[in-house]
Amino acid sequence: MTTIRDWQVGQSLPDVTLPPVSRLDLIKYAGASGDYNPIHTIDDEAKKAGLPGIIAHGMWTMGNLAKLFTPYYEEGFVQDYFVRFQSMVFLNDIITLKATVKEKGDKTIRFDVAAVNQHGKEVVKGEAVFALYE
Amino acid sequence: MYQHDIGKRSAKVKNVVERGAVKKFAEAIGDPNPIYWDEETGERSRYGRNIAPPTFPRVFDYGVIEGLKLPAKGLIHGEQRFHYERPLFVGEELYCYAEVKDYYEKQSSMGLLGFLVIANNGEDADGNLIFTSTSTIIINEAVRKAMSV
Repeated sequence: MTTIRDWQVGQSLPDVTLPPVSRLDLIKYAGASGDYNPIHTIDDEAKKAGLPGIIAHGMWTMGNLAKLFTPYYEEGFVQDYFVRFQSMVFLNDIITLKATVKEKGDKTIRFDVAAVNQHGKEVVKGEAVFALYE
Repeated sequence: MYQHDIGKRSAKVKNVVERGAVKKFAEAIGDPNPIYWDEETGERSRYGRNIAPPTFPRVFDYGVIEGLKLPAKGLIHGEQRFHYERPLFVGEELYCYAEVKDYYEKQSSMGLLGFLVIANNGEDADGNLIFTSTSTIIINEAVRKAMSV
């Protein structure tokens, strides 16, 4: 059983690479989240908005990124989670999710988190604080 | 243009952390962990029940902030922050409301950008704050001009 407490500053959780972003991924997220902004699902609407094509919901990427911490729910929970949406995610992009320990306290572990595309660009970047139970 | 909206709030809306909605959401973010949907896993966990993913509050109804007029199109989600006192439990009732926290403008290479900060909060039945989900929305010059017409 892996435990998050043992992670040292500078160490990374195992990266997760997602399958290429598909329209169905975004349709499913629209339905599950209630965010039906058509720039995420309909090509014409994305083009009208001046985009080259549909883009992923920022919250889809942020939601995916948080799952790096799910395996550790018995040890603690995500207390703070912040991201900046730095770049757009397009169809067929291949996104890799990353988290690296930045700081360790008695009750919390602070991580740098990022979602990186196939060109090595950070599309989402931020920080998560994982609070540990006694 | 939103300075006078700072501090405005919506009335609280009762929301339920619905089992089916949590499962659908976990699937949509590709998180297969059974802690979100399998009752037995939930019962055996330290929580004694299922929990919801940290970005789940996107689905709640936070009510309407009277007088706050947002453009229907052209908004950019710039930043997002979540703060939790504890994870959300499947089946629990939360009382949710939105508040305009801040508005400021900054000159950028794309012209004058407006930054609107909205906090979406969730409280339990006793009024204890359980989570805050804070969004920074960027409004560009073209969108602002279209609105003031």
